[in-house]
Amino acid sequence: MCQVGEDYGEPAPREPPPAPRPSREQKCVKCREAQPVVVIRAGDAFCRGCFKAFYIHKFRAMLGKNRLIFPGEKVLLAWSGGPSSSSMVWQVLEGLSQDSAKRLRFVPGVIFVDEGAACGRSPEERAKTLAEVKPILQAIGFPWHVVALEEVFSLSPSVLRCSSQEPAAPEEAYKAAVDSFLRQQHVLGAGGGPGPAHGEEQLPQPRAQLPQNPPSLLRPPAAAQTEALSHLFCSVRTLTAKEELLQTLRAHLILHVARAHGYSKVMTGDSCTRLAIKLMTNLALGRGAFLAWDTGFSDERHGDVVVVRPMREHTLKEVAFYNRLFSVPSVFTPAVDTKAPEKASIHRLMEAFILRLQTQFPSTVSTVYRTSEKLVKAPRDGPATGDHSPRCLLCMCALDVDAADSATAFGVQTSSHPSQIQLPTSLTDTGTPQESPIALIETRTPQGPCCFPGGPRAQGCCQGASRREDPQACIVEQLCYGCRVNMKDLPSLEPLPQYILAEAQLRTQRAWVLAELRDCLIEDSDDEVGQS
Amino acid sequence: MAAPLSVEVEFGGGAELLFDGVKKHQVTLPRQEEPWDIRNLLVWIKKNLLKERPELFIQGDSVRPGILVLINDADWELLGELDYQLQDQDSVLFISTLHGG
Repeated sequence: MCQVGEDYGEPAPREPPPAPRPSREQKCVKCREAQPVVVIRAGDAFCRGCFKAFYIHKFRAMLGKNRLIFPGEKVLLAWSGGPSSSSMVWQVLEGLSQDSAKRLRFVPGVIFVDEGAACGRSPEERAKTLAEVKPILQAIGFPWHVVALEEVFSLSPSVLRCSSQEPAAPEEAYKAAVDSFLRQQHVLGAGGGPGPAHGEEQLPQPRAQLPQNPPSLLRPPAAAQTEALSHLFCSVRTLTAKEELLQTLRAHLILHVARAHGYSKVMTGDSCTRLAIKLMTNLALGRGAFLAWDTGFSDERHGDVVVVRPMREHTLKEVAFYNRLFSVPSVFTPAVDTKAPEKASIHRLMEAFILRLQTQFPSTVSTVYRTSEKLVKAPRDGPATGDHSPRCLLCMCALDVDAADSATAFGVQTSSHPSQIQLPTSLTDTGTPQESPIALIETRTPQGPCCFPGGPRAQGCCQGASRREDPQACIVEQLCYGCRVNMKDLPSLEPLPQYILAEAQLRTQRAWVLAELRDCLIEDSDDEVGQS
Repeated sequence: MAAPLSVEVEFGGGAELLFDGVKKHQVTLPRQEEPWDIRNLLVWIKKNLLKERPELFIQGDSVRPGILVLINDADWELLGELDYQLQDQDSVLFISTLHGG
């Protein structure tokens, strides 16, 4: 630490002294026999065999130490075709086919989301990609689901509601589950036939099942839906908001498919590098409150379906090398930000920043990753309100906009709604923190001239009724800070899929009714008879 | 004085988009004064193969961060990176890791 009288010596060097370069003449750092082919981390050279073992071990250890996936559980693998998720699917495939002692024991399925309409691809290009995707899915052998992003237009609002959270299973429950599973296997094996091979028949064999042919693949999505989706994405002003919207819609769609087919876990292929970039990007986007959920190993915000990230310790370099050396098939699909310049979006900027820093300081990514490991998920107001706190409409994290805290509420709102310039004076009067949609409605009860004559018609300002009918205000109220900032880049919220608009309407109505009831309770008891 | 070299240059992970979608290129590097190394190869690629957006592939005199280089299926960090001297029938692979998923 700094001391009085300390003199700064020579200026700090601009670049770190170059680390000694690993060279081909060295041997593999692990087995010390074979010639190395790849350099991992800062200067560890691995040979082919040791690299494979290291890579696979990391994957298994990540699943093993977290103990979240129970034997026999149905797990949906989110496969985008890209290298990280392809590698993940391949690891699962190999893990399931190993000898019984170390075999992975869950039941996987694969989902591929066709996002061509959001990226502006033509139907021919999308068909070409699907033609490349299908053989790989068939070769993998798990039950697969190919869904087009257009299907968000047929989702129901229930996808935005969290199911009641199951209590986190303690350590003993996991061990007990594994023990009973193994005993079951043993019994079945001893009952008839030679050993474990017979017992395996009782376990649903993914390979023996015919891969499902979901109806969505039999015909391309309706042209009207494709049109609606591309209209939605074209109306978004910035690439940052487009990427965020795409991620949100994709997450809802995967959640829906998982719930519909009974999957209790979803595995995504986010790698270490991607998560480090995501962590910094989310800070810039105003999602700092949710970093633990967005970048942690498990994400339980939906309640019944838990999102798991088993690849979070693998860097993109390791993934690319593994895929190349061991021929893991993947499909390249252009995304919304393909060939975008560096400053096109916050995501791109952060990616360039981190990767450039990584070349000079090779521990950048791992440092950010280690920091993300330390993030703890604390419920906002203590464990008691964990389940019932209001959730953001889009990202389904607990709402972090506090009406009493003018920094967040005021700063986001004023630019979009002229009427809310009145807000600060009434905000300071409320004093006690309340659920934000109700608080915002309550502060609107006219105490002074809110809508001045001759002024612009304030959107849903004073009357609760006209407020309910205004979809823009309905939706924005239900969002967390980060999502509100994103939605500002949509000139109109009309093109959003119906389920979002409907759920926003429903929640606002519910909040309004609650507010009305509260008003009734405050009034004289004589009036209650007439009001209820 | 370097003799003409026959080298296979391959692009993967999305980098091929900058090269008209063609992944494998069998190139013959012409005779020249200095020996061919990766640094010169990059300059040559930029001039002769790269179809668009050079800043997405090359930064300064090296590749853009996020693009891996494999020489004969080995990490270029083991072989001297930009200073590796190319030999006949070498295979150089550029994988972009930036297109994740």
